[in-house]
Amino acid sequence: MKNRRLPEGGRIDRARPISFQYAGRAYQGYAGDTIASALLANGVDVIGRSFKRHRPRGLLSLGIEEPNAVLNIGRGRDALPNRIASEVPLAPGVAAWPTRGWPSPTFDIASILGAWPAPLAAGFYYKTFMGPGVPRALLGGRDGWNRIWEPVLRRMAGQGTAPTGLDPDAYDHMNIYVDVAVVGAGLAGLAAANAAASGGASVALVERDIAPGGRSLSAVRQPMIDGGPADIWAGGTFAALSDKPGCHALLRTTAFGLYDQGYLAAVELPEGGKTAGRIWHIRARKIVLATGAMERPMVFPGNDRPGVKLASAMEAAIARYAIRPGARAVIYANHQGIDGLAAAFAAAGIEVAAQVAPDEAVTGVQASRGRLISVDIAPVRDGAPDMTQRRRVSADMMATSGGWTPALQLHVMTGGRQRWDPALGCFVADGGGQDGVLIAGAAAGQFQASAAFADGAAKGAEAACVAPSAIPPVQDFDRGPDGQGIPIAPIAGGNARKRAFVDMQHDVTVADLELATREGFTAIEHAKRYTTAGMATDQGRTAQVATAAVVATSTGRDIGDVGVSGLRPPVTPVPFGALGGRRVGPLFDLVRKTPTHARQVALGAVFEDVGQWKRARYYPRASESMRDAVARECAAVRMSAGALDVSTLGKIDVQGPDAAEFMNRIYTNRMDTLKPGRCRYGLMLKDDGMVFDDGVVARITADRYHLTTTSGNAAAVMDWLEDWLQTEWPHLRVRLASVTEQWAGVAVAGPDARRIVASLASDADLSNEALPHLAWMEAQILGGRGRIFRVSFSGEMGFEINVPWRQGQALWDAVTAAGATPYGTEAMHVLRAEKGFIVVGHETDGTVTPHDLGMGWIVSSKKADFIGKRGLMRPALVAKGRKQLVGLEPEDASVVLDEGAQIIADPDAPSPAPMLGHVTSSYWSAALERGFAMALIKDGAERHGDRLWAWSLGKAHPVRVRDTNFYDVEGARMHG
Amino acid sequence: MLLIPCPYCGERPETEFAYGGEAHLTRPDPAAASDAEWAALLFLRENPKGWTRERWRHGAGCGRWFNLTRNTATNTVGESYAMGAAPPAFPEAPST
Repeated sequence: MKNRRLPEGGRIDRARPISFQYAGRAYQGYAGDTIASALLANGVDVIGRSFKRHRPRGLLSLGIEEPNAVLNIGRGRDALPNRIASEVPLAPGVAAWPTRGWPSPTFDIASILGAWPAPLAAGFYYKTFMGPGVPRALLGGRDGWNRIWEPVLRRMAGQGTAPTGLDPDAYDHMNIYVDVAVVGAGLAGLAAANAAASGGASVALVERDIAPGGRSLSAVRQPMIDGGPADIWAGGTFAALSDKPGCHALLRTTAFGLYDQGYLAAVELPEGGKTAGRIWHIRARKIVLATGAMERPMVFPGNDRPGVKLASAMEAAIARYAIRPGARAVIYANHQGIDGLAAAFAAAGIEVAAQVAPDEAVTGVQASRGRLISVDIAPVRDGAPDMTQRRRVSADMMATSGGWTPALQLHVMTGGRQRWDPALGCFVADGGGQDGVLIAGAAAGQFQASAAFADGAAKGAEAACVAPSAIPPVQDFDRGPDGQGIPIAPIAGGNARKRAFVDMQHDVTVADLELATREGFTAIEHAKRYTTAGMATDQGRTAQVATAAVVATSTGRDIGDVGVSGLRPPVTPVPFGALGGRRVGPLFDLVRKTPTHARQVALGAVFEDVGQWKRARYYPRASESMRDAVARECAAVRMSAGALDVSTLGKIDVQGPDAAEFMNRIYTNRMDTLKPGRCRYGLMLKDDGMVFDDGVVARITADRYHLTTTSGNAAAVMDWLEDWLQTEWPHLRVRLASVTEQWAGVAVAGPDARRIVASLASDADLSNEALPHLAWMEAQILGGRGRIFRVSFSGEMGFEINVPWRQGQALWDAVTAAGATPYGTEAMHVLRAEKGFIVVGHETDGTVTPHDLGMGWIVSSKKADFIGKRGLMRPALVAKGRKQLVGLEPEDASVVLDEGAQIIADPDAPSPAPMLGHVTSSYWSAALERGFAMALIKDGAERHGDRLWAWSLGKAHPVRVRDTNFYDVEGARMHG
Repeated sequence: MLLIPCPYCGERPETEFAYGGEAHLTRPDPAAASDAEWAALLFLRENPKGWTRERWRHGAGCGRWFNLTRNTATNTVGESYAMGAAPPAFPEAPST
């Protein structure tokens, strides 16, 4: 290892050395470094192995376009994969790891397998594992891919290591609203933000770098603005903007997505790339994309070798990071814009061994242990290198530039088009993007500082809807990529084309793309998917133009006709933790608790989630199993009395002169005939005739009803009722209010229920005469106001007591103290199933009508209309062969069928056996001393007495079909 | 995420709203409607490429249903208007 740091210069703070780790070894850099520049300064040239062929790779760039140096930051729970080394500012204690290379990037076992390059040509997976070419037996049989090959290939070709546990860091989300958002604080972006803010607009400026100024930060000779260096002007302008009220100027913040109506998403990651990052949600009236341009590498044999870097990276190494990357350099560009580089090299003490002339091409490079040794250069005759005239130049570094490409990712992601501009030698924006988005500076093809500055100022003023103001004089020191073109060197045939890399992150070569076009994948999107060029995490930043160029050349088309492929957010990898923000773990979703929750916890309840509610499922005592606990709870209800928290039931207060008419239209049965003081079970359908929800309706007064919904469906029912009321029947004088969380509820059921309820409502007459089944009354409960509904979901005498929400726990305490045994939702299910009562979502799935459930009795034939009435008459709903609800008794009484088990007639029928239906509910019944079930079976109503089979997970049980009423068939217990 | 202009509350983010499908469907007289007419009400929608009118509910706000014009090709949000109000003309002809 050697220290390549120049004795002076650069934008690093030599007073602040920073220790860090890479691949388990300690290194030192300075504040102002990125991990990439610090590694380069320390002489670490090989940073990982390539994706498929395990070739040693080093830094191609020192910017966001970097395809090779993609690292894991941290390990274990803290691991953050897919971080671009040149985008991670150095911070104390950072530990980075290469993505690939075992045992190390410099000595990698897999690279010795010389056979890899051949089989891993384009379409390798399809041809080998799905095509007819290779006998299955050789590949490990039918499941060989899953069992053998995928695990092996994944280990060798993975894209980073996932964290081993929950991300311990907290991330925030910020929401800001501005007039103008500017992406990029290069000269164009700063000019735009400055012009917009000067015009009175509120501005958000986001910059991924640690300082404003863009390319001038990396320039050996900066442009001059208003007579001073560009970075001074940039720093001052940025600081002024960040101080301005209503404006935001953010560094280390990458805009990763642009969405509808000016919604820009950006991720801010602190130094070191980790902990407490933020997502910025920026909503702007106008957006200026000043995202700059990215240099593209020349494509030639061996162009992926460490030591071969972009010219801009070499300049940044010297000017920004004070690094001397080597001693002898070859310069290879397809344009005249890098004239200044030779002078910069000279100033840094780098000898220019050769500058490849326009009529020459690089035909190969030699490297040893990841270090560049020499470069082969040959003259070009008739479009091909003349290998007989090849000369070999010894060099340890090489700067290449295939021109510059405007960074238009955000434009493309919103549907923006691009066209090839032959004069500029790059793809430029060509409309089609989101309204209100302006593109400025190098992103708009204005590659020179003065032009970019003027363009930015004009676009900023336009975005702020103000007249452009005078701008300071800008003096260029750089002629820009003058005369750039297609970045592909003339390459000899044969193996040379297999070593000329187009997409370095996905290891796609010129030969791969040519093979793809020969096999018919000539459209750019097809060639991309077949070869995976441009599909890596860098989205082909350095590959897109070269990919299009190779496809164009090999199909005899113009590059503009071939075009480039589409892109989707995010622009760069974004940590999942940042996207999740604080909404993880217990804050992931709302948790709703009933007023008795603390009591349920104290009782040792096992909870289940019902929608967002926590409901007690059962209450195991000591070593009790779930089955024993449920059996005990059921027995308590059947023998004495049980208490169930029913506060979660949806409750809606319906009021108005037309309430009765409204209720009649909503439910299948008549609700206008319901008398005040009485309750009625009701079924709601959708207009297609399918069951939507059920519950109990109580009439409070002539113009007021109280209805309940299932716990999980309460919000959906409320929305549904509002929909009809507001849009279809706005003339009905009815108002709805959700009172779910106004009334707490406890159901008391069993032979002793009346005694228990009487103990807390001493003034109430609970006799059958005063309060028969399906009646309700107002009552003083525990000295306060309450309601008692005489309803039963268990088949036993039942009372549902409602009290104000805050009295819920007192009610529960009183009921249980009076002797009611707590029972949970599981016992509730067993009890209701023994009576054949349906549960919406168990017995129904959106394809089940009341008639299918054997509940034709609840569908009124007298009403002119109700929701679903016409739907029920549709031919398919009255045809034979529909699935109908039945009861099932397994022949072996000890068997409890699986819910979801398929019903078949013959267990020995060849697969696939005709499926008659499925089990919808299945439980063990302590009262019946057997397993029992309900099922939806084709023509089930006509099959009572039949012997069928219930099949699940490889086992079939014989069952007897019967009706669904298993317990207390006459219903005497319920009526007390 | 869209910004949707609630006619009662103003512009709010899409997460406050629930989508309600195509607007201006006419529910025929159930007593007189043929099976085909009823099936059309239940299942057939225009689903145009371009401008369309659709129903939204400001569920996490005022709770009101309203209609909105939106371009399905560009996701451009147009105007909102109250239930029962006459639909405004589209900014341009729907390109179906």
